[in-house]
Amino acid sequence: MTKIAKIVKSASQLQLNEQGELTHLLTLEGLSKEHIFHILDTAKQFVAVSESDREVKKVPLLRGKNVFNLFFENSTRTRTTFELAAKRLSADVVNLDIQTSSTAKGETLLDTIDNLVAMQADIFVVRHKTTGAAVEVAAHVPPHVHVINAGDGTNQHPTQGLLDMYTMRHFKEDFTKIKVAIIGDIVHSRVAKSNIHALTTLGCPEIRAIGPESLLPKDLNMMGVKIYNNIEEGLKDVDVVMTLRIQKERMEAGQVPEGDEFFKQWGLTSERLKLAKPDAIVMHPGPMNRGVEIDSEVADGPQAVILKQVTFGIAVRMAVMSIVAGN
Amino acid sequence: MSAENLPHIPFAEDLYQTLLQQLKQQQSLGNKFELAGLASGGAWVAERLAKDLGLPLYGVINVSFHRDDYAEKGVKAFNSAEGMSTKLPFDVEGAHVILVDDVLDTGRTVRAALNELFDYGRPAKVDLAVLADRHRRQLPVDATFKGAKVSVADDQILVLDQADDGQFLFTTETK
Repeated sequence: MTKIAKIVKSASQLQLNEQGELTHLLTLEGLSKEHIFHILDTAKQFVAVSESDREVKKVPLLRGKNVFNLFFENSTRTRTTFELAAKRLSADVVNLDIQTSSTAKGETLLDTIDNLVAMQADIFVVRHKTTGAAVEVAAHVPPHVHVINAGDGTNQHPTQGLLDMYTMRHFKEDFTKIKVAIIGDIVHSRVAKSNIHALTTLGCPEIRAIGPESLLPKDLNMMGVKIYNNIEEGLKDVDVVMTLRIQKERMEAGQVPEGDEFFKQWGLTSERLKLAKPDAIVMHPGPMNRGVEIDSEVADGPQAVILKQVTFGIAVRMAVMSIVAGN
Repeated sequence: MSAENLPHIPFAEDLYQTLLQQLKQQQSLGNKFELAGLASGGAWVAERLAKDLGLPLYGVINVSFHRDDYAEKGVKAFNSAEGMSTKLPFDVEGAHVILVDDVLDTGRTVRAALNELFDYGRPAKVDLAVLADRHRRQLPVDATFKGAKVSVADDQILVLDQADDGQFLFTTETK
């Protein structure tokens, strides 16, 4: 077993307590259908908290709890939605600015965690460039402390996967009747991996990966994903189109053609979108590069649900935090 | 134990008719009110009351967010509301709201319902209407309108069922 495979195996076990309940959220790989639906059902209740007729857009479930956002990698959307979710649950939230923290001065990750546990931390939201960082934290903390993985390296981004599942369920209802196409940089995308694991667990009969060979992982076939090196073929008759951000570093490293050329071959345009089902939805985890992986006309068009994903993301993160903190 | 010695299970239909008469009397006195049923049993009762009282709409209150047993049970307690979210299709501000539930027991659910209701505005007056009052209060709460006081064995919970024709039935389950 490789080192990463070990981490993944322990992650799916570590996130459950002795009763089999979710006490951390580290990975969607190996997370059961029942757990995923429980999170999605709970999130549905939380969507109502931000509805306009409710004057007090806050509930007291996590009153008196301390949530620490530990973002060792930059993120605006994910960090902000976690912060909002925690605040809507009445938790006290501390955002650690890692660039200027002790970690930058050489303190180890686990020393930082110990210090924050001594400050009565209840939940850690961890984003880190290293695969398995959140797992390491979860294995280290005392049992009353909960850890949520907000993205580790190129491995997992479980809350993004869950909010994508929430969005697909909201618009398409039944996972067992939809075809989902994921386009772009799948090999480096923790979002794509989390989505593929969740879709497989939920019984999605057809998951397609579309992109240049250099950006598709070698083991996709083993995961039951169909590979398309031609975007037109891959989009035919799908219900959900998920575009992924193409990172500039990949272009600079010569792994994919630069800007315009990438768009010509792999960009999602209105013309190409017409190949999908007429009521197909277009998703993107953000941040978008307009004119690179997606055309503005599509991003702002009637089939795009990209901003809905952001809104649902708050409710899904409220659900995850209130579930793990209660177990 | 013979059948005669079993604790008496109240007839929900009789209790419903008694409650309906009390609310009809309020109407005949010219009192205007809005109904808000506590999910899920209370919401069924509110739905039928609204129909029988000729009210165009009724609200639903899900108390999950304000339950006091989250630390003990976590969100598992959410399941009892069967996915019904709070929906109050009237202006809570300044309204006379009658909360409706199937069973009043410890009073804790009603406390949570009041908190949920007040998240939507400041009502002028709140009353409580229940089918059955088990009278084992742990909080200073009482019902303004009730079908009847009932006594059920302590280890039993009263569960409301609604048949396809709308008729109510209480059954008991062991805790």
